[in-house]
Amino acid sequence: MKAQNEMSMSFESRSSNEGFARCAVSAFITQLDPTISELNDIKTAVSEAVTNCVVHAYRNTIGKIYINVKIKENSVVVIKVRDTGCGIGDIKQAMQPLFTTAPSDERAGLGFAVMQSFMDKVNVRSKVGKGTTVTFEKRLSCRVGNG
Amino acid sequence: MRISESGDCITAYLKGDIDHHSARGIREDIDALVQMKQPALLKLDFSGVSFMDSSGIGLIMGRYRLMSLYGGTVKVVNVPEGLAKMMNLSGLSALDIIERRGEKIESTK
Ligand SMILES: Nc1ncnc2c1ncn2[C@@H]1O[C@H](COP(=O)(O)OP(=O)(O)OP(=O)(O)O)[C@@H](O)[C@H]1O
Ligand SMILES: [Mg+2]
Repeated sequence: MKAQNEMSMSFESRSSNEGFARCAVSAFITQLDPTISELNDIKTAVSEAVTNCVVHAYRNTIGKIYINVKIKENSVVVIKVRDTGCGIGDIKQAMQPLFTTAPSDERAGLGFAVMQSFMDKVNVRSKVGKGTTVTFEKRLSCRVGNG
Repeated sequence: MRISESGDCITAYLKGDIDHHSARGIREDIDALVQMKQPALLKLDFSGVSFMDSSGIGLIMGRYRLMSLYGGTVKVVNVPEGLAKMMNLSGLSALDIIERRGEKIESTK
């Protein structure tokens, strides 16, 4: 499916950019006239993915986070959040609800569970030492048509 | 964030966005007072919260653990409709610390 509109951005993995990232994506999606609850779902999923880059991928360092958003036919939104950090050894285990490698930071181990429940599809690709790409997709109930 | 004390209860009025970035300051402010006063009840008032990701769940669970150390409890009150989905997913309802406003928390899925 061809994208009808697309946006890419990159920024440093500082925690102060977490709010910026979810608001920027949300501002881009606004052209589809989403409901408040759809917008909140997307903001939350982006916040989870970006926070994972800040907290886990680039633990104790600063690296680049890349976001790409595509708007496709039928108001389908595809969002990619990519890092070139430490990577995930066992993706299946990482995605288990309550699994966390950072309990001492008060992480709940719910990030992936939230992404899965708030989005229609979630896909994780990762290579240890190379980085991680999380892709999620949601179809919006939009009133505004194509283009 | 405003924090008020009355008798054996401390109430923290959280506001704005709760994420990994903001959770740290909130945690430090609440914990400093809790450690000093050791109240029986810590109320976390969410009425002013506009956004929360799983960092908010970590924040609540962490305060629950801290209060348990002193034999106290936590209550989460005035949760806005928009946060109900996150609260439901968290499993916090099993701890019975979310004060329900009508059926709001249960009905949204
Ligand atoms: N981008 C990433 N790079 C490296 N490891 C990751 C990344 N994202 C997630 N992980 C690993 O997967 C685990 C589970 O992630 P998830 O977001 O579900 O929970 P969490 O981040 O530990 O806690 P929470 O999201 O509730 O604060 C993490 O603890 C971490 O080990
Ligand atoms: Mg996470």
